[in-house]
Amino acid sequence: MIQISNLHKSYVMGHNSLHVLKGLELDIEEGEFVSIMGSSGSGKSTLLNILGILDDYDLGTYYLGGKLIQGLNETKAAITRNEMIGFIFQSFNLISFKNAMENVALPLYYQKVSRKKRNQIALEYLDRLGLKEWAHHLPSEMSGGQKQRVAIARALISQPQIILADEPTGALDSTTSFEVMDILKEINDQGKTVIIVTHEHDIAAMTKKIIRLKDGVIEEVIKNGDLQLFKDRVRTE
Amino acid sequence: MFDIDRWNEIWNALAKNKVRSLLTAFGVFWGIFMLIVMAGSGNGLQNGVSEGIAKFAANSAFFWSEQTSEPYKGFKRGRYWHMDSEDLQYLKDKVPEIEYITPKNFTGRFGSGSNVIRGKKNGSFNVKGDYPDYVKIDPATVLKGRWINDLDIRDKRKVCVIGEKVFESLFDPKENPLGQYLKISGVYYQVVGLIRAETQININGRTEESISLPFTTMLQTYNMGNQVHFLAITAKKGVPVSVVEDKVKEFIKKKHSIAPTDVQALNSVNIEKEFKQMSGLFLGIQILTWIVGIGTLLAGVIGVSNIMLVIIKERTKEIGVQRAIGATPRVIIGQIMLESVVLTTVAGYIGLSMGVGLLELVNRIIESAPTQAGDRPFFTHPEVSLTVALSALAVLIIAGLFAGMIPASRAIQIKPIDALREE
Repeated sequence: MIQISNLHKSYVMGHNSLHVLKGLELDIEEGEFVSIMGSSGSGKSTLLNILGILDDYDLGTYYLGGKLIQGLNETKAAITRNEMIGFIFQSFNLISFKNAMENVALPLYYQKVSRKKRNQIALEYLDRLGLKEWAHHLPSEMSGGQKQRVAIARALISQPQIILADEPTGALDSTTSFEVMDILKEINDQGKTVIIVTHEHDIAAMTKKIIRLKDGVIEEVIKNGDLQLFKDRVRTE
Repeated sequence: MFDIDRWNEIWNALAKNKVRSLLTAFGVFWGIFMLIVMAGSGNGLQNGVSEGIAKFAANSAFFWSEQTSEPYKGFKRGRYWHMDSEDLQYLKDKVPEIEYITPKNFTGRFGSGSNVIRGKKNGSFNVKGDYPDYVKIDPATVLKGRWINDLDIRDKRKVCVIGEKVFESLFDPKENPLGQYLKISGVYYQVVGLIRAETQININGRTEESISLPFTTMLQTYNMGNQVHFLAITAKKGVPVSVVEDKVKEFIKKKHSIAPTDVQALNSVNIEKEFKQMSGLFLGIQILTWIVGIGTLLAGVIGVSNIMLVIIKERTKEIGVQRAIGATPRVIIGQIMLESVVLTTVAGYIGLSMGVGLLELVNRIIESAPTQAGDRPFFTHPEVSLTVALSALAVLIIAGLFAGMIPASRAIQIKPIDALREE
């Protein structure tokens, strides 16, 4: 699903250039449930932005679903994002004056789906996440967990191949965090590739593969079988 | 474009800061309001003035004699002279471009006393000696009876035509003035007509307060010999009045031994020139109106642009999210442009309607105000044409687009990551 090779990215700040990603190699298969970890400055946010076509890279190649993602203009990038990627953010990023249903329907609005049809689809997705009764509530009337579920519904509605979640549980308490992780797991079970960026070990431990970044390269990949080992290590840390 | 979500978004963006949106909208409102009111007032002034002169022959010129200012052919400067009746035929022969030529003489109002008496009533009025053709230059409506005719001139009949004010002060309102006699400076004249001036151009006193005698009658009765005080001339179609004016001056000066270079001896007014000056003035007023109006509007539009920038700044994150989940730059630009156009157009439309409403109100007040006979308001029908209103609306929409351009380009410069990173 994702093939990245020799990925370089540096940020220019005044006279200094900050080399963030230094020849990163990454393969993620379809249907994987991956978490990307790393301390701040390790390049995980940069990687996520590149994966999400929110940012361009300097060198290397990035194939998403067999398609080379390189030097896209804003319009093409927006369309690709809309069709292939579902985003989940730490701070939910719902549109404050739109109700839950309208928020969920938004990606379909950009696909020019008619209002009636997209709202109907949005209701189905809200129903799946158990929020049907909240469809006409504004985000300000909902709890954090509910908001994140609305955001997940929004990420799912355009039926993307991958879900990118940036600290999806960062703003939630642990009970709600586990609920959200359960939902993401369920989505993964239905065959979608889910990639989350997190710095919480117990959240990362719920995924099937952990990629640890350090100084712009992959330091360690912990696969399914080794997860138990990782969990033990987390406890001792 | 007509998606309800789009309008919802516009409404929310503007309603978030009601006071600020209102104040901004007021800038545009005021701009267009001023533009409409000023354009309408300019038109009102123009209508008022041109209704007052419209029917006056635009191709006419007038001449009257003054003291000479240069010595010539043995005459010293400062000589008093007069045109005379012979000049009429002379000019007709020499200047074929003349269409009508009519003399006009005056007797002053003697002192401060009354010069016209009828029974126990009396009054002080202008008395003019006129030719039948004069009404072809300065048209008048004959309310009763007739205007002076050729037989009056030939037979030097003692008849007169009176203006409305004369009738009001010498007759009872229900009385028929025709056939009655007026004693003017000691001589009796029979009233044959009552007229109302159609223009507001007055030569030696207002027509309402004037009595016209046949020209020849006046010459004889008041011992004027063959003097002509005043000459009115119209040019034939297609000939500029100034050509006729120059020729007439040339021949009159020649005939009366006046230096060709003497600019004072024969005075003249060229109505065509006056009209041109007047329309120049109105053009000036119009240009000024648009400059001031557009300037005010521009200030309003800059305000709109400004508030759109603020709105975008506040919505950076929201725009970032929209772009992350698939809004193309076109969608974002369209949204912001539409917001800007809606704000200016709605505000402008209100200004337009209120401006037109105010003009209509003023118009009603003017029309319902009682006017005296012959007193026309100098300000009538203040209104803007549909063209002006439509072009103002077009200017608004274009202005709205311009106002949205800078904010829109600012909005698409926002990178989704930057917007999302702002926690």
